[in-house]
Amino acid sequence: MTERPSEIVKFDNVGLRYGTDAEVLSDVSFTLFPGSFYFLTGASGAGKTSLLKLLYLAQRPSRGSIRMFGKDMITLPRGRLPDFRRRLGVVFQNFRLVQHLSAFDNVALPLRLAGTDEAKVQRSVGDMLEWVGLSHRMHAIPETMSGGEQQRVAIARAVIARPQVLIADEPTGNVDPEMALKLLRLFEALNHRVGTTVIVATHDVHLLKKVPDSLIMRLNKGRLSDPTGALRYPPAPKSKPAATGSRTDSLGAAK
Amino acid sequence: MSAPPVPEEVGQELGLGPVKEVTTILAPPARLSGPIPWVIAILIALVVIAAAGGLSLRNLADNARADLADAVTVQIIEAGLDDRTAQTEAAATALGAHPLVTSVRVVPETELQALLEPWLGVSVASDNVPIPALIDVELSRSASTDELAQLQSALDTALEPLGGEARVDAQSQWLRPVYDALSALQYLALALITLVSIATASAVWLAARNAFINHRETVEIVHLLGGTDAQVTRIFERSVLREAAFGAVIGLLVGLAALWLLGQQFASLDSGMVSSGGLALTDWLIIAAIPVGGVMLALITGRITIGYALRSML
Ligand SMILES: Nc1ncnc2c1ncn2[C@@H]1O[C@H](COP(=O)(O)OP(=O)(O)OP(=O)(O)O)[C@@H](O)[C@H]1O
Ligand SMILES: [Mg+2]
Repeated sequence: MTERPSEIVKFDNVGLRYGTDAEVLSDVSFTLFPGSFYFLTGASGAGKTSLLKLLYLAQRPSRGSIRMFGKDMITLPRGRLPDFRRRLGVVFQNFRLVQHLSAFDNVALPLRLAGTDEAKVQRSVGDMLEWVGLSHRMHAIPETMSGGEQQRVAIARAVIARPQVLIADEPTGNVDPEMALKLLRLFEALNHRVGTTVIVATHDVHLLKKVPDSLIMRLNKGRLSDPTGALRYPPAPKSKPAATGSRTDSLGAAK
Repeated sequence: MSAPPVPEEVGQELGLGPVKEVTTILAPPARLSGPIPWVIAILIALVVIAAAGGLSLRNLADNARADLADAVTVQIIEAGLDDRTAQTEAAATALGAHPLVTSVRVVPETELQALLEPWLGVSVASDNVPIPALIDVELSRSASTDELAQLQSALDTALEPLGGEARVDAQSQWLRPVYDALSALQYLALALITLVSIATASAVWLAARNAFINHRETVEIVHLLGGTDAQVTRIFERSVLREAAFGAVIGLLVGLAALWLLGQQFASLDSGMVSSGGLALTDWLIIAAIPVGGVMLALITGRITIGYALRSML
């Protein structure tokens, strides 16, 4: 990577409607800055998943402009989408595991699609499954796994290829608070040590407090509130608005 | 709690993933799904039989034409034995002088009687029952209608002083309807093969579309994880290839078994005409190419179908 864009994602007046229904997202404008940690909150039906779908390129907006990695996503031909999707890691709200593949093969999928050497696949996937506590369930297919187990497989799959942006839709909805914290630590580790931009949609207000220098995006009936402007303007260099020094230190230490 | 593992850097080149691993993405490879392999097997068997039939008919027609087209028979119908002998000699002389004729053979009376015996009884005396004299004539090449007419008029001129009459029978003339029937049958075989090919393509199209619909969720996931259309297409190609190859092999075996049975039936007829319809090495090569062609047709159809389906997705 030669130069890192100062903004990794930029939404401008984005609107989304499904079919001829009313807009589920209206005038959504925000910027994601590299290496930042975001929470996306809002009532059920507020449009969190819809916004994330635009972000992980599963959906095109009805209006507005979306730029990612410095490229206009609206005019991007579909043949170029894989290139951008491979820079993203996604935890889908309903997991979307491939039903006839084992936990191992599901987690390995992004690596294999990227043509990663098989020895490396075996090693990375093995480590990751061990860390999410699923080594013993490696050969199980999703159907035979609990909701929490499936969720952990989904998370492992999202982070396995070391994405530049991690997009997680309710990633801790099916696990106990202890596991939720552990998974959050995985996201933070990626954020701190690799500089991955993380965006986590969640209902869980307790979670928000666990990442001190995170930014909160609040959706209300399809509209994004940004009272401080933190979602539009870049954070102060090497620091985050309202962030303590500890965050900067750990980032610096990792580099 | 141990430190979370931070995944290693992954090459982001948009190459195709390793074939073996990526293609396990669809349903388990060992299982043949649905009736498609069997439909393909039936269709390939039909093509094998139709093609073998068509090729065999072609050989039959070619051989028969080669045997018969350059020969004619001349008949001399005259009740009186002496007159008949005289006329036959005159006719033979006239024929021998003709440039197109390479050999003339008067069929001996005994041979004629042997031929007629089954129909007319043992003691046929040519005095009692007048039988025509026959002359087998071989031509240097197959004669046109005009040339046959020339031959006829040469005979007429030769026999006129003797008050006799000869008739030229070109075997190719009376065999023409047979040839026409044979070539009609060959066209029928071709038409059958075309129709069956269309049916095969349709079956594959339906199957590929169904497979795509059944695996749509998987395809979407693969897309969202950064899979390319080429990778998705290849996954489907693999399963089409597997099913079509299975069907083609079974179809070929069934078709060959049917041909062998038919062959046994015809062989017991012990007819010269049938044995000349046997298949040559090149014919067998054509038949062996049918399953290969079927698999290729299935692959191309599958690829086009999946390509279309993919274009409707983001
Ligand atoms: N595919 C779709 N077709 C039509 N309407 C949809 C579709 N997906 C979502 N919606 C509607 O869009 C609105 C926002 O849905 P969305 O899933 O984005 O909400 P959410 O904030 O993720 O909710 P939750 O917290 O329950 O997951 C809802 O009113 C929903 O009914
Ligand atoms: Mg949602």
